[in-house]
Amino acid sequence: MSALLRAAWLDITESLRARWFGFYALVFGGIVVVLFVFGLTESRILGFTGLSRLLVTYIQLCVAILPIFILITTVRSVAGDREAGIFEYMLSLPVPLSAWYWGKMVGRFSVVFLPVFLAMAGAAAWSSFQEIGVPWDLFAVYTALLVALAWSFLGFGMLISALARSSDVAQTGAFLLWLVLLLFLDLILLGVMVRDRMPLELVVSLALVNPLQSFRTAAILLFDPQMVVLGPAAYVILDSLGAKGYLAFALAWPVCLGTLAAWTGYRVFRKGDLP
Amino acid sequence: MIRFGNVSKTFKRARVLDAVTLDIAQGDRIALVGSNGAGKTTLIRCLLGEYTHDGVVAVDGLAPRDHRGEVLARVGFVPQIPPPLKMPVGELIGFAASVCKSDPARMVAVIEELGLEYDRIRKLPFVKLSGGMKQKTLIGVALGRDSDILIMDEPAANLDPEARHIFFRLLAARKESGVMLITSHRLDEVAALVNRVIEMDMGQLVLDDRVADSVDMASRMRCKITLVRPDDAFARTLGEWHFTGADREWSGLVNGPDRLRFMCMLSRYTGLIGGLELVEGKEGAPCAPVVV
Repeated sequence: MSALLRAAWLDITESLRARWFGFYALVFGGIVVVLFVFGLTESRILGFTGLSRLLVTYIQLCVAILPIFILITTVRSVAGDREAGIFEYMLSLPVPLSAWYWGKMVGRFSVVFLPVFLAMAGAAAWSSFQEIGVPWDLFAVYTALLVALAWSFLGFGMLISALARSSDVAQTGAFLLWLVLLLFLDLILLGVMVRDRMPLELVVSLALVNPLQSFRTAAILLFDPQMVVLGPAAYVILDSLGAKGYLAFALAWPVCLGTLAAWTGYRVFRKGDLP
Repeated sequence: MIRFGNVSKTFKRARVLDAVTLDIAQGDRIALVGSNGAGKTTLIRCLLGEYTHDGVVAVDGLAPRDHRGEVLARVGFVPQIPPPLKMPVGELIGFAASVCKSDPARMVAVIEELGLEYDRIRKLPFVKLSGGMKQKTLIGVALGRDSDILIMDEPAANLDPEARHIFFRLLAARKESGVMLITSHRLDEVAALVNRVIEMDMGQLVLDDRVADSVDMASRMRCKITLVRPDDAFARTLGEWHFTGADREWSGLVNGPDRLRFMCMLSRYTGLIGGLELVEGKEGAPCAPVVV
């Protein structure tokens, strides 16, 4: 087994033993159970019912809480390990720095993505069993969107961990980043900017750049093709890129952003003091 | 073999290493001593390629930072504070052996030689082990592979006398084949293990001297102590050295390399000691009296 896979496996097994992982899996699994219990599969919104309705709600909840979960657990794990002296010992072994860093990233991606995906897959399996129709196209697109979102925030988390010298600073940085990106959603500051007639180019640019917004827009696009709920910024985006073009952008942009952030983090990690 | 050339390290405005120049040759067993903040750990981390620094650090001409694989494959490292790893001991051994391209059975053999039952601890989280068990496991990882550079930060601090004896014997077996760098706050802890002493203070080398101690690292001394009166505190201390006895008569074994440390301990109770006999002999061989 290569050093990268060994490092990834090490991170996965360490995460599976950690308390945060149990809590994390419980939250995302619990959300699906709660949505079933409250009969969301039987309610209707914008013509959507059945599992589609549940998935739409689930994905909207994910956009709010998944990024902060990923950021905090990643910086606590990476910056915390360095602070606790784990890096001092583990990096005294002849493991390549690239294998250690990217192995950690791959390992963490597995543990943050799998519970979210498995909760969704569990819902699909239960729906099949109950003979409720499963919208597989929606399921596939949402899975891809979740991959993109998880990867981008994992990249941010790795960058913050590489830059911060203590886990306290890293956690504060992670929280601030999440807060800023959350504020620049259409529901909050973007809405205010549109209402105050700020330049549309600025509003659209911010909506495109923010991976949370691109995720939210793409998720809504699937069941509201005119994006009535999103207002004028969405119209401009749709006019420029089209529905399929925007969907492709919403999948590619967060992945590129996360990879760029992780790569920058790797450069900082490799150039600086390791423990 | 190892060269530190004008190595300096600064954290923010604090200069932790100040133009350190040091050459270490094969066969050197170095006690790196100094108070807290003297720069010992920083020097070790530079050698492990973990810190960036000014100047040159090279192991047979290779910079540890740029040639991690080649250099660290030769280094066995035991840190002073064991890492709080949650993984089971078996997983740690498996990971270390795989990245070091070593046989995990060799590491397990050293751990068992130091007195740990591997099967009992294999599935236990490393962080849940006692201080001594952690130390033995890390020593097993460091010595159970082909490392010709041993870097140990207070390696025997948490070991019981029996484990210390075995540890000294393991070091004796490889003392001519490479380099040992042992850090300690106190020279008496490591004096018998080394042939060179380097003292650091405020990031600089303040002493670099040779040590001529002919003690056999595998030797043990039989010791009998007679007290002028029983003393609870002394009895407890002797108990820590695994001595047996009661009231005024005590006896036990002292590892050869520990004799200076033992004498230092005895010096605290000089007024209590009515008689003392120390007899040296190789393990398993008859003892010849050297000190009475």
